[in-house]
Amino acid sequence: MAAHFKENLQLAYDTVRAHKLRSGLTILGVFVGTVTLMAIGSILTGMNKTIVNEMRGFGTDTIFVYKFSPGIHVGGLTREERMRKPISERDIEAVRQECTACAAISPEIFNGFNNFGTGGDAHYRNHDVTPINFDGATPAYPLVLNQDISEGRYFDEFENEHREKVVVIGDSVATALFPGHEDPIGKTIEINGMDFRVVGVFAKRKMVGGDQQNLTVQVPYDTYRKIYPGAREHFFAVAARPGMLDEAMDQIRAALRRSRRDAWNAPDSFGMATADSIISQFHDITGKVALAIVIIASIGMLIGGVGVMNIMLVSVTERTREIGVRKAIGARRRDIIAQFLSEAVFLTGAGGIIGIFGGWLFSFLIKFALPNLPSSVPMWAVIAGFSISVGVGVFFGIVPAVKAAKLDPVDALRYE
Amino acid sequence: MSTPAAPQPTVTLPRAGGEREVVIRTADLWKIYQMGSEQVAALRGISIEIRRNEYVAIMGPSGSGKSTLMNLIGCLDSPTRGQYWLGGQLVSEMDDDELARIRNQEIGFVFQTFNLLPRATALHNVELPLIYAGVPPQERSARALEALRQVDLGERVNHKPNELSGGQRQRVAIARALVNRPSIILADEPTGNLDSTTSNEIMRLLEVLWERGNTIVLVTHEHDIAEYAHRVIHIRDGKVAGDAQTARGKAREAGAARG
Repeated sequence: MAAHFKENLQLAYDTVRAHKLRSGLTILGVFVGTVTLMAIGSILTGMNKTIVNEMRGFGTDTIFVYKFSPGIHVGGLTREERMRKPISERDIEAVRQECTACAAISPEIFNGFNNFGTGGDAHYRNHDVTPINFDGATPAYPLVLNQDISEGRYFDEFENEHREKVVVIGDSVATALFPGHEDPIGKTIEINGMDFRVVGVFAKRKMVGGDQQNLTVQVPYDTYRKIYPGAREHFFAVAARPGMLDEAMDQIRAALRRSRRDAWNAPDSFGMATADSIISQFHDITGKVALAIVIIASIGMLIGGVGVMNIMLVSVTERTREIGVRKAIGARRRDIIAQFLSEAVFLTGAGGIIGIFGGWLFSFLIKFALPNLPSSVPMWAVIAGFSISVGVGVFFGIVPAVKAAKLDPVDALRYE
Repeated sequence: MSTPAAPQPTVTLPRAGGEREVVIRTADLWKIYQMGSEQVAALRGISIEIRRNEYVAIMGPSGSGKSTLMNLIGCLDSPTRGQYWLGGQLVSEMDDDELARIRNQEIGFVFQTFNLLPRATALHNVELPLIYAGVPPQERSARALEALRQVDLGERVNHKPNELSGGQRQRVAIARALVNRPSIILADEPTGNLDSTTSNEIMRLLEVLWERGNTIVLVTHEHDIAEYAHRVIHIRDGKVAGDAQTARGKAREAGAARG
């Protein structure tokens, strides 16, 4: 069979060239299937890359703690979750006391309703930004969350203790309130109707799921407590001592369970996550999406495969005479099978390869349209796209090929 | 074929009377077709022998079983009963793949309708049997070229069938039949689609091939064409109705006896 490989390839090529339109229509299904696979694959890859950069950007030794599991949520909250009490100042104090593997703790306080994002608006002259992400934090924040300050500085312990009305604003807020080249530092902006003096601007963070982080408007923790005495919700991040991430998590869990009086047989009434746990959570999701896409694309290609089978059956009938001649001059069954199978695989393989280029082009366009999404065609999509295309050719080509091989040479030669 | 002009008794097997070896032998060959509930016997016990370098015509009216016999001799079909030896091999017992090999190596077909592959060049058409024989590409084209030269088409090797005349197409088909150096050339109404001038050319070509040592079996229903052969086997109602030398055959034998 291998000896005829080149011959069969040439034959397949000639046949496809002789029926350009028909072949083109036949491989459309496989083409579209492959493009879909490649396009979605490249978007997923882009999202994966972004989330990795984003989460690692917060530091790999950082632990996030909240009353709900930080990270990605699919579906709504359970009843038990909705009933959870906020993380309190006392809880955080317990962690501070008991966690020896914790290097630093950065609590944030905000007016929680049922999730992050406290809303509100920031105002400067005739510029407005709403909703903003307004909360109070301690000077540990930039260190624990690995947050750079692009202009000015972060507020210090003195400003916190004296509840000064100073604010550090996210990059997007700065851009919106101070368009052009106006320096925000030292300017007084209005937040929810109160005046604050801008002391710093957070360096921009690249985010995949919206611009939340760049819409942060942060005032000192105690200042926030003073202006919102009813604020109860806390979120906190912990920087573990180097190499002690697991110990830190165990100690935080133990401290919080005791402080929050979680029953010994009850699950945690709070959630913890690390950059890597969120990344792997995200990878789980994208992995499932990728699998679903492969399945959906495969179904598309299977439908395309039925078209291939149909056209191959037509081709076998059209070329009955030729098959008779080939058999008369010595083609064995396997030679005929190889010939028609090669043709089917050539068709679908061509569809797959064109689809791979199509998908690559698509990914290239996405990169232009969404520069924040570093989409690139992943190897698995290329391999899956090509193998599924070829597999479809083999699967749907075998029946027509066997039909051709089984033709009786006498009947085939007599066929008009 | 390397054998020069026949007859050449010195190279034949030591058989009685110094006759050449038997290439085709059938013994009581039957072919029965099932037509609905009825059984129709197309061949009813055909026993013939054809020797190397004979030029034999098989004649018979349509429905005589001549085509069925040709299909059996050409190993395109298997008999219902009886034996068929081709070049000493019992082909009536062979399976599909073995028959394909026999067709490839031992038989060169020439059809009434030429049966060339329309999209392939003359050269490629002639190469085809060599491809299935597993001959490497370089040797393949060299041998195909040689076969085309033997039929005087050395100049038109890159033409496709629709760029050739009917006679030229049949020559390509003959080159294809020759290229694998088969035991027999089996020509089924080779002039059926040709005008009389071209027919004569093709028949002369077959004669040349015979002179070069080939065994030729010609299937026809035309007397003029059968007269080119040296021996005619008549088939009627699925049986051998006659087996005699033609005028040419007699003349050749007489000439050979004198020589």
